[in-house]
Amino acid sequence: MSVDLSLDYFALFGLPYRFRLDEEALDRAWHALQAEVHPDRHAHLPDSGQRGAIAGALRVNEAYAVLKKPVTRARCLLELAGVSQDAVNARVPSPECLFEQLEWREAVEEARKANDIDALEQFALRLQIQTDGIITYLAEQLDGRRDLEGAADTVQRLTFIDKLRLEIDNALAAFDNYN
Amino acid sequence: MALLQIAEPGQSAMPHKHRLAVGIDLGTTNSLVATVRNGIAVCLTDEQGRALLPSLVHYRDNDIELGFDAMNARVSDPRNTIVSVKRFMGRGLADVAHIEAMPYIFEETPGMLRLRTAQGSKSPVEISAEILRVLRKRAEASLGGELTGAVVTVPAYFDDAQRQATRDAARLAGLHVLRLLNEPTAAAVAYGLDNTSEGVYAVFDLGGGTFDLSILKLTRGVFEVLATNGDTALGGDDFDHRLYCWALDHARIAPPSAEDARRLQMAARAVKELLTVSEEAPFRLRLDSGEEVDLTVTRTDFFEMTRPLVQKTLVPVKRALRDAGLSPRDVKGVVMVGGATRMPHIQRTVAEYFGQEPLTNLDPDKVVALGAAMQANALAGNRREDDQWLLLDVIPLSLGLETMGGLSEKIIPRNATLPVARAQEFTTFKDGQTAMSFHIVQGERELVSDCRSLARFELRGIPPMAAGAARIRVTFQVDADGLLSVSALETSTGVEASIHVKPSYGLTDDEIAAMLRSGLENADGDQAARALREQRVEAERILEACTQALAADGDLLDEAERTAIDALIARLRKLTAGHDAATLSEGVNTLSRATEDFAARRMNRTLRSALTGHNIDEL
Repeated sequence: MSVDLSLDYFALFGLPYRFRLDEEALDRAWHALQAEVHPDRHAHLPDSGQRGAIAGALRVNEAYAVLKKPVTRARCLLELAGVSQDAVNARVPSPECLFEQLEWREAVEEARKANDIDALEQFALRLQIQTDGIITYLAEQLDGRRDLEGAADTVQRLTFIDKLRLEIDNALAAFDNYN
Repeated sequence: MALLQIAEPGQSAMPHKHRLAVGIDLGTTNSLVATVRNGIAVCLTDEQGRALLPSLVHYRDNDIELGFDAMNARVSDPRNTIVSVKRFMGRGLADVAHIEAMPYIFEETPGMLRLRTAQGSKSPVEISAEILRVLRKRAEASLGGELTGAVVTVPAYFDDAQRQATRDAARLAGLHVLRLLNEPTAAAVAYGLDNTSEGVYAVFDLGGGTFDLSILKLTRGVFEVLATNGDTALGGDDFDHRLYCWALDHARIAPPSAEDARRLQMAARAVKELLTVSEEAPFRLRLDSGEEVDLTVTRTDFFEMTRPLVQKTLVPVKRALRDAGLSPRDVKGVVMVGGATRMPHIQRTVAEYFGQEPLTNLDPDKVVALGAAMQANALAGNRREDDQWLLLDVIPLSLGLETMGGLSEKIIPRNATLPVARAQEFTTFKDGQTAMSFHIVQGERELVSDCRSLARFELRGIPPMAAGAARIRVTFQVDADGLLSVSALETSTGVEASIHVKPSYGLTDDEIAAMLRSGLENADGDQAARALREQRVEAERILEACTQALAADGDLLDEAERTAIDALIARLRKLTAGHDAATLSEGVNTLSRATEDFAARRMNRTLRSALTGHNIDEL
């Protein structure tokens, strides 16, 4: 059994098909939906029934996770507009974009090898500022110009950056182990 | 599956009927049971009026002593008197710190370690079940009836193996587990932060053997855990151990016997507790060996020797804040939980880090049990619909799969809101390959060997195809208890591949069944009678829920569907009067299956109305 799977994430949450997000509205809708479907609301019922009820809660949480993060939200919008995930991943990055990636990666690797926590934290901060700029640009592409091809490129660039940030986080977490 | 779950969320189908539900804090040092009576959460006490039950189990040749009764046996029979068993839950020998200072005879068995006692080999699950059984009986005697269910608390940072072990122990003790609830989240509920407060709170929970730090955001009756972190091998016991080592150093005595070691450890705990209220404390005792220990410990000494432990608590604090994307200034209040937070230098360190005095107005020993009782009351359906809160908790540690080169590829990231599921596609690398094996691990480190091994499983029955043609979709699901399950499907043919999960730690269902059969429950009387009683309760629940669901949304069914369901209801009613547990169970399952589709339709209706109705504004 499941929630109405024909509803896409935006429709499920009653949100407009836009990249710019009213975070408060997202949270409110999430809480309202979970208030209905969360397993805690069905715990007094037979075991067999609870297992079925979980599907709705899973779907709602998945939707929330996708809508909350800019990269996944953008991918979801592109998919709804007919640009599949595979199509986004298959975009060929521009040489500048690739060069930028290489440079960043080397910088992170160097700081990691030198155990330079400050440098890593500085880099994470720079990346954050960079990301904020890219997201503003992506909003313009998706909500303003409806430039889907351009948006797909930007999403791919953001995906790279996300991976890099995860690596920095992991590196920083590893340092804490030895504190 | 059964319908019913969807209708009036959280509300009992029969509001006038109060269900007996309890919250249990299964602690390293002490355990408690609490319930909600006349709307107020209270701890249930033993005949002497004591709420705390020391988590001590003494195995004698023919019987078991427990709690306060086992206090003396800690010294007289240390080998058979198990303290702090929580530290062994879901753990192998290599995982446990200071094992050399423990008097037990350990056995390394695949999965969890075991202890050899006067009554033979015991697993930590069985030992914990003894404690839980006493609490269940206390509750049943005090409340005057069989329990509908219990919420059992676990450290937020417990991994899957430790959670499984806790749930197994509860089942072994004859408890119906409504939910495993994270201790810091339970504390947040008890603090009643829901109605009066909004904003971000931190819960600092330092117990006897575990440390948790959870960051929660409270909005309109929703407790949302933003991030959790911790150390399941850091607690008050470690402070005792530092004092113990310090005393061995300074008293210049020979390596102590098991009995003397226990004496010294107990003295160390007493000194630690005294130092909470006084500037210095005597560490004085006479050992069996004839040696004398006569030392004085000042607060400064104690703070100095335990400074590294206090600093260790700040690591999870920083990590949780970073994961939540917050700084200490964003935290509106810090709730202190666990007996070990009474230590003045802990309170000072927390106050300095967050720039505010922590909240200590509830008894740090009881707050978790009280919160668990409130949640148990809600889960049992005893609360009114307009008086509900919602807990949105998270998975503490990432789940990953072993990939080439012994690396872990993360499937579900830490701090994902529960329940959560993620699917991953795999393909075969040989022509005609019909099986694949997987290794699931939990933890943040890159190398599989640095993470905890949860399970290995084999996928069988993949239709033979050319290499790379099969598309196997493996779904990992973590439920609201934080427990993992796995399923798999070959998507190009729709063939469901069978999965055999072999837990690396924890017990299989067969093992639990075997333990139950082995007569552990004999004290509770006739097994069969108990099974029948349980099935009747289950049957009544589903009948009650069905009736209510049909009354509310019967229009979703056509005439034929309605007739079929009505017939099954009538049949189950008849079976309830009988005496055959197996047939009754079958009747419950049949009705449950027959109403699955109805349940799905009701779910859709509810979801739609949740968004089109007034619910959002009301919340």
